[in-house]
Amino acid sequence: MTAGMPFYVSPEQLMKDRADFARKGIARGRSVVVLGYDHGIAFVAENPSRSLHKIGEIYDRIAFAAVGKYNEFENLRVAGVRYADLRGYSYDRSDVTARGLANAYAQTLGTVFTQESKPYEVEIVVAEVGQDSEADQIYRLTYDGSVADERGLVAMGGASDQIEERLTEQWRPGLTLAQALQLAVAGLAHDPSGGPDRNLGADSLEVAVLDRTRSRRTFRRINGDILGSLLSDEDPTDDVPPVDHDSPRQAASNPQTQRHGDEPTPDAD
Amino acid sequence: MSPVADGGGLPAAYLRTGSSSFTDFVAEHEPHLIPSRRGLPPGATIDAPHGTTIVTVTFDGGVLMAGDRRATMGNIIANRDMEKVFATDEFSVVGIAGTAGLAIELVRLFQVELEHYEKIEGTLMSLEGKANRLASMIRGNLGMAMQGLSVVPVFAGYDHQHGLGRIFSYDVTGGCYEEHDHHSVGSGSLFARGAMKKLYRPDMTSDEAVRVAVEALWDAADDDSATGGPDVGRRIWPTVALVTADGARFIPDDTVAPVVDAIITHRHGNAGGRRDGADA
Repeated sequence: MTAGMPFYVSPEQLMKDRADFARKGIARGRSVVVLGYDHGIAFVAENPSRSLHKIGEIYDRIAFAAVGKYNEFENLRVAGVRYADLRGYSYDRSDVTARGLANAYAQTLGTVFTQESKPYEVEIVVAEVGQDSEADQIYRLTYDGSVADERGLVAMGGASDQIEERLTEQWRPGLTLAQALQLAVAGLAHDPSGGPDRNLGADSLEVAVLDRTRSRRTFRRINGDILGSLLSDEDPTDDVPPVDHDSPRQAASNPQTQRHGDEPTPDAD
Repeated sequence: MSPVADGGGLPAAYLRTGSSSFTDFVAEHEPHLIPSRRGLPPGATIDAPHGTTIVTVTFDGGVLMAGDRRATMGNIIANRDMEKVFATDEFSVVGIAGTAGLAIELVRLFQVELEHYEKIEGTLMSLEGKANRLASMIRGNLGMAMQGLSVVPVFAGYDHQHGLGRIFSYDVTGGCYEEHDHHSVGSGSLFARGAMKKLYRPDMTSDEAVRVAVEALWDAADDDSATGGPDVGRRIWPTVALVTADGARFIPDDTVAPVVDAIITHRHGNAGGRRDGADA
């Protein structure tokens, strides 16, 4: 008898209600900042948990960051890893792109927003590090499937508008990692209601980078002492130390062509 | 069938809560991509390139794996610079003997399997976990193996829990066995094993282990026509990979070449590599 809607609700009202619902859910959570620096893209989340991540590796040059409901964005992260790994396995690793994944996420979020009983209460960033900062790509996706191609800096979550406004004034291309992280943390620590800035130490942050100087897998988490030094004003450290031992193989899907430093055989006949 | 519905969103299976195994996900969602799912018509046999000899040996602080570069098809040399030893993740390597095409596809799947788990779970799989995953893939290939398309890998990696390099061998039914000190698979393995028995010393350095492995491959090539010796003319050297607590890496060709030269000098007028006096 009571199946379906008892009263008429206009599509405009329905969409607005859903959007309000999603926005409220997202605003409750702590924020995430994604920003470019000279050697890559940095992801900074206020997240005291060591195991429930808001930032994750998707593929060789692609990472994911999210705010909102953990189970929902975790579901999307896993789907993204499956998408990327299956695509790279079927074609080549170089055929997996952030743009393709952002499109797939956009379709999924859009479909859920209009067709499911409730929208996803999430906002996500899919970023891909390029050979130089000009080629970096940062896509921001909202709960309704809208995609924005962002330049340089994105803030998501609770007071993201104020954070983004403050940070955009100060962000410029070519920051060192230390400068970028200090800027992001200052943005996250700022109290939008006008109170004093909070003190966000390394323990309450989740930080990762896509480091273009690394070969193959560029994603790297930064924590502990290195994060402490990068965030400290006195410490001269301005980037993560290069890894002396990098990936043992090159970014090719075919095992035959992935040995490092393997020149073509000079005389193969 | 396209692996990803282009233009559409992520297929529902992607969003389903499931295991952290890429192979299980592919088997359910895109089964045609699993190498062992392709059966041959009953009774059919085909000629396909075969990879030959792999040797692996432990040393103080890790484990080494080396392979010759030859693939054969009957009496024909199908490929003379094939890679048969692969880094499967940061801390493990696999070497393959048997049907080359299937084996390489299996390695490719295994590499994605390990990385997929690492990304989904946020942690590395244990060394025994990796060895067991490989066993289940080999087990899945039994039907093909019975039609002559067998794949016999040997797996080695650094065990952080115990602080040492470990070796795992397999049979075609997916049996997984831990080997101690050294092991070899492939058509020249009998000769390589004999050589390693005589050359192996506990607590060797990695340099000594390189020499032992390359010399064992030399002995395999000496007596097995399917195993390729170092090709001095074309400068094709065995693939040599090391795994230590710092990770897996390949030894560059210009480090392997002098080892080969030293063996050639030593074997001059001493074809069997007899040790006398000081080298005994």
